[in-house]
Amino acid sequence: MAKIDIGPPDYRKNLHPVIIKNYGQWKFHDYVKPGVLRHVAHSGDMLYSIRAGSPRLVSIDFIRDICDLADEYCGGYLRFTSRNNIEFLTDDETKIEPLIEACEAKGLPVGGTGASLSNIVHTQGWVHCHTPATDASGIVKAVMDDLFEYFKRDDLPARLRVALACCLNMCGAVHCSDIAILGVHRTVPVINHDIIRKGTEIPTLVASCPTGAIRPDPKNKSVVIKDEKCMYCGNCYTMSPGMQIMDPENDGIAILVGGKVSNARSVPMFSRLVIPFLPNNPPRWPETVEAVRNIVETWIKHARKGERVGEWIERIGWERFFTLADIPFSDKCIDDYIFSRETFRTTAAFKY
Amino acid sequence: MPEDKKTPQLDELEKGPWPSFVTEMKRAAEKNPAASDLLGLLERSYEDKTGHWKHGGIVGVRGYGGGVIGRYTDLPEEFPNLREFHTMRVNHPSGWFYTSESLREICDIWEKHGSGLTNFHGSTGDIILLGMKTEELQPTFDELSDAGYDLGGSGSDLRSPSCCVGPARCEYACYDTLDMCYDITNEFQDELHRPMWPYKFKIKMSGCANDCVAAIARADCSVIGTWRDTIIIDQEEVKKYAESGMNIQRVVCDKCPTRALEYDAEKKELTVIPEDCSRCMHCINMMPKAIQPGKEKGASILMGGKSTIVKSAFMSWVIVPFMKMEPPYDEFKDMIRRIWDWWDENGKTRERLGELIYRVGMTTFLKEVGLPPVPQMVFRPRANPYVFWQPEDFEEHK
Repeated sequence: MAKIDIGPPDYRKNLHPVIIKNYGQWKFHDYVKPGVLRHVAHSGDMLYSIRAGSPRLVSIDFIRDICDLADEYCGGYLRFTSRNNIEFLTDDETKIEPLIEACEAKGLPVGGTGASLSNIVHTQGWVHCHTPATDASGIVKAVMDDLFEYFKRDDLPARLRVALACCLNMCGAVHCSDIAILGVHRTVPVINHDIIRKGTEIPTLVASCPTGAIRPDPKNKSVVIKDEKCMYCGNCYTMSPGMQIMDPENDGIAILVGGKVSNARSVPMFSRLVIPFLPNNPPRWPETVEAVRNIVETWIKHARKGERVGEWIERIGWERFFTLADIPFSDKCIDDYIFSRETFRTTAAFKY
Repeated sequence: MPEDKKTPQLDELEKGPWPSFVTEMKRAAEKNPAASDLLGLLERSYEDKTGHWKHGGIVGVRGYGGGVIGRYTDLPEEFPNLREFHTMRVNHPSGWFYTSESLREICDIWEKHGSGLTNFHGSTGDIILLGMKTEELQPTFDELSDAGYDLGGSGSDLRSPSCCVGPARCEYACYDTLDMCYDITNEFQDELHRPMWPYKFKIKMSGCANDCVAAIARADCSVIGTWRDTIIIDQEEVKKYAESGMNIQRVVCDKCPTRALEYDAEKKELTVIPEDCSRCMHCINMMPKAIQPGKEKGASILMGGKSTIVKSAFMSWVIVPFMKMEPPYDEFKDMIRRIWDWWDENGKTRERLGELIYRVGMTTFLKEVGLPPVPQMVFRPRANPYVFWQPEDFEEHK
């Protein structure tokens, strides 16, 4: 019988000796080359981090492969980043190039540091989720293949953080990303009255709807939906499998841009919806890949050095963004949900 | 692979330079029939353009209410090995630091009991063991526990706290994010393992305002490192940056959001107007050798962050502008307990803390959890006079 409540493993047992020695005593860091960070301590000690991309959904053999690399080049020390990259940690400068070669030979690209495109954080999608509007891993693979050069380069205007969530539950919290790829449902849930009758708490189901679109239907011991009030969030489906929200014909992808979480220069910003819908087109989602590339290239062409996507757009104005990126503006880009008013332009100063 | 298990669409995703998850699924499929069925099921999703997973049922391990996500396919006849294909969340070490030995241990356990597929890591930060039968849950947990691992959160409980790389490898860290994450997670094991709240609760710790774990965007409680005094400027290093060709006026001073920095190009000297600095990290990011955070370090506590579902996405907002962050973190623990009690008392089902505060009002929240109102909490004061005056406001004037 297992012991319970023992808590997470002690991270201190996993730290590189140079980290233990210089813990909290780092002086500065710089970028040796794309994918390689150097941290210098007040003691003069140095630690190199070699960053490699990962598909996140990996087999135990993949983990064993990176363990082999860590053993051979880094004394077995490694970590993962908050964007699912692998970082090999070593204080031996001579190991950097052989390790990079070994990574690339195994198909692990080295990059993603500084002003580059880092790995795309994402959700489970069709692999393991019960409410997805699209897949996750497949689109990420297609977009990263297409934008691969920007993972290997670090001379973009600023960091580029792309994220994907396969439905509006947003387990991936894409809402503050430079570019967010978001699975969206667009049609009213199809009610299965048998399932509702069998095991759904109707008051809880009714309360779950943020727009009050779901009403009890006591005669049928079920519910009815006021179609025009539904904005397809799928919250009801999470409460009851009798509210089928997935619609293979009409589910797809929305693109939001301009978010950031860092406080540097400008305050953290939400991503804003610029493309309301792109079709699900597996296996490589060409429309989504093209849309993301277009936004990235427009940003690289027009942004000033140091400007995140959102900072660039806020400077030039969103009206200019739609023109420069050649993206049609539609009524679907105008907010009509709870906090809409703050997005309306309450000034007579704007551009064409 | 038999004829009926061909995966032409997924095979397309083995092409191209980015490492392929399909290749990884195939590697797992060579050893495990459930992983093989998962390839088939995903190919079916690519044909049908829809998911094939039913709502999770209640499964778990003894003594816990969370940590396991039940999953059953809606096509059990065709993919019998996915009839039960549950996820186990394993609480990760602070900062996601590992040794190869520790990772191999997890792999060996997982090879014995599950599909051999993993996420390193899930969005919240846990190690995700993807796909196991109900009967394997307890033996897997038993072995993980023997090896020193425990489960993470799921459902309406505290989710596994996570933190940035912190003082282990970053000169910006204003407090020990790794230690605090470890300490807090151990302190709140009951809250983590036994769902009892209106909904989920996330705590994330970033060592500075660059916020590398996106705490402000996705944690109900965002602990973001900062300092109370003034940045420290090393003029010798400023000169070196200037001599290396950096246009300090343009890339540092002109981008300072509060215009708190002045550069004398002749003397190659940089000065700060301390009371004007908002501690955003931009100048430090640009000139890490020359500028450091101040000496009086701690963290700002912001609360309410969450993703879009259902009332819109919220970013956390300031609740405590500055708190010292040192073990045993008693001030933080006392505060978070008060806030949890209040949320538990007042929150509706599936109502996150931020949504509750928004519904009942920030002033009510502050009063009921005993936090003093300060101007750092708002960008600007209200523009309307509709104040909810309280009896005690009148008492004061008597």
